[in-house]
Amino acid sequence: MKTLTLALATMLVAGPVAAQQITGAGATFPAPVYAKWGEAAKAAIGIELNYQAIGSGGGQNQIMNRTVDFGASDAPVDGPKLTENKLLQFPTVMGAVVPIVNLPGIEANAVKLTGPVLADIYAGKISKWNDPRIAETNAGVALPNLAIAPVYRADGSGTTYVFTSYLSAVSADWKDKVGAATSVKWPAGNGAKGNDGVAATVKQVRGAIGYVENAYATQNKLTTTQLRNKAGAFVAPTLAAFSSAAESGDWKGAKNYAVNLIDTAGPTSWPIVSATFILLPQDPKDAARSHAVIKFFDWAYNNGSAIASGLEYIPLPKSVQDAVRVSWKSDIKN
Amino acid sequence: MSQSVASPKPFVVASGKSGSAGDAIFAAAAKISGVFVLVLLGAIIVSLFIGGWPSFRAFGLRFLTEADWDPVQNVFGAGVPVYGTLITSVLAIIMAVPLAFGIAFYLTELAPIWFRRPVGTAIELLAAVPSIIYGMWGFFMIVPLMSQYVQPTLIDALGDLPLIGGLFQGPPFGTGIFTAALILAVMILPFIAATMRDVFQTVPPVFKESAYGLGCTTWEVMRSIVIPYTRVSVVGGIMLGLGRALGETMAVTFVIGNTNRLSTSLFGPGNTIASIVALEFPESQSGSLKLSSLLALGFILFVISFIVLAISRTLLRPAGAKS
Repeated sequence: MKTLTLALATMLVAGPVAAQQITGAGATFPAPVYAKWGEAAKAAIGIELNYQAIGSGGGQNQIMNRTVDFGASDAPVDGPKLTENKLLQFPTVMGAVVPIVNLPGIEANAVKLTGPVLADIYAGKISKWNDPRIAETNAGVALPNLAIAPVYRADGSGTTYVFTSYLSAVSADWKDKVGAATSVKWPAGNGAKGNDGVAATVKQVRGAIGYVENAYATQNKLTTTQLRNKAGAFVAPTLAAFSSAAESGDWKGAKNYAVNLIDTAGPTSWPIVSATFILLPQDPKDAARSHAVIKFFDWAYNNGSAIASGLEYIPLPKSVQDAVRVSWKSDIKN
Repeated sequence: MSQSVASPKPFVVASGKSGSAGDAIFAAAAKISGVFVLVLLGAIIVSLFIGGWPSFRAFGLRFLTEADWDPVQNVFGAGVPVYGTLITSVLAIIMAVPLAFGIAFYLTELAPIWFRRPVGTAIELLAAVPSIIYGMWGFFMIVPLMSQYVQPTLIDALGDLPLIGGLFQGPPFGTGIFTAALILAVMILPFIAATMRDVFQTVPPVFKESAYGLGCTTWEVMRSIVIPYTRVSVVGGIMLGLGRALGETMAVTFVIGNTNRLSTSLFGPGNTIASIVALEFPESQSGSLKLSSLLALGFILFVISFIVLAISRTLLRPAGAKS
């Protein structure tokens, strides 16, 4: 009994000294950068982040039920739903989605694809790599007479939401028949679980094409392709091209920061870029924890850019960060 | 083997005062524990049904057969996953049962005594391998083999034949219904083999000795004595394996191709109930028709598994208990 009391006393004394905990749940896509930010922030400002990457849908459910301090979602939540659930939405970082291929003897970024061609490949309408519509933009590339095997994410995912948003933006046919969501009714191809599953399947099947987050493609040195952007230029998936897309987004016009970075007009923009979002209650039950969350992301905005870039994410433009800081002040009640 | 233990007669103790109170409390506690299991089972079924109700109401009985699964249009049907679940499980049984029979036959009749224990233990260990391991093994070892050697060969050789050709068509992804069934077969093999071995051992030696005395070969003893004697229990063991195959999630998810399209080819991709629920659940918002449809799928799987296990329980009951 005495030892127990002693242990309790120690815990009580140790309590205030220990790092303040904040909990979040949601999107898997930004989970690596949130984890790194969490480590760095614990050392720097004593806030310990406990983030559970359970998926965007799960994150939205959890924050609507207020079981966590903040939710995280890749797809922005629409205005009425935010109002109804008294949530503030703000972006943290951006990421890009890139197509990957398995074509023997063809190097990374050698193949050039247009949006409509990519949509028709995933629709099953273009089924051979030496199809005239692919050859049209690939003079000088020896495209093999191989069947195209499209690979997609079988699990519901923000990556799929971003990719299908792009296909819907560039192909009216895709928009009508399939649409954009975290999982869709794929007209052709095979599903694989997670970025790693898609990458491994593409590696194993000759003639396969898939889509993964850029960080995943870079770290695993996958064979990416060029894409034609809205301005008509072919661009390779580079950090510069992603940043260019981020800058040409209409941040000021976007409500709740739900900016559309898909197929932006910039001449050097990569067409498949999107932001990932945090959902924070406007009427927090525990003001101290809500403050800690804001403090954490404020710290991340100021100091986290290098970490984000190191992990192949795109940091937010300064002007957007400042706008978000204003929202924190005006929209969160204490 | 669930060899029934003859239920002991109530053990009455000439008890003192404190003892009788203790007995009453213990009896009540035991009863509550027993009833708790039933309540838990009922609660799971009811909550799955309530969760799936919006979906059943929206689509009616068509939900069971509808092959469309379109989250964008909010149209959901269980046709593809139900088909995938049943076809992979049945194929797995077809592949696993002959092999399991061979193992059990060897272990009970042919193998030298000193060899029986290590092999028996190995089979039981095989049953303890986590399913994710089978999934990874399937994805990284079996799938490349299938896509590079097995499937192209079979597609070229059989794909153009009339009638059965349709079963062997399509691009050689390596994943698909056939690969999933193969992995499932390996996973359920130890269950079926261990059950068969155990029930084969329940055959009274005097029966076998009599048959041998009449000049029967080992195979004749197996065919005419052991199998007829244990037939019902063997089927029960197979059903047990089927039960496991129906609910398997991770290993199947890795190799089935995860596609909500009906495929006639064995090499075509498909989906199973457990797999689609695991994949789609994290991105389903509360109150959505999609979440409700996933819960409805869970309910369907529960009912299928329940039926299979009920059959296996009935069949596995030892012959004596039935008379």
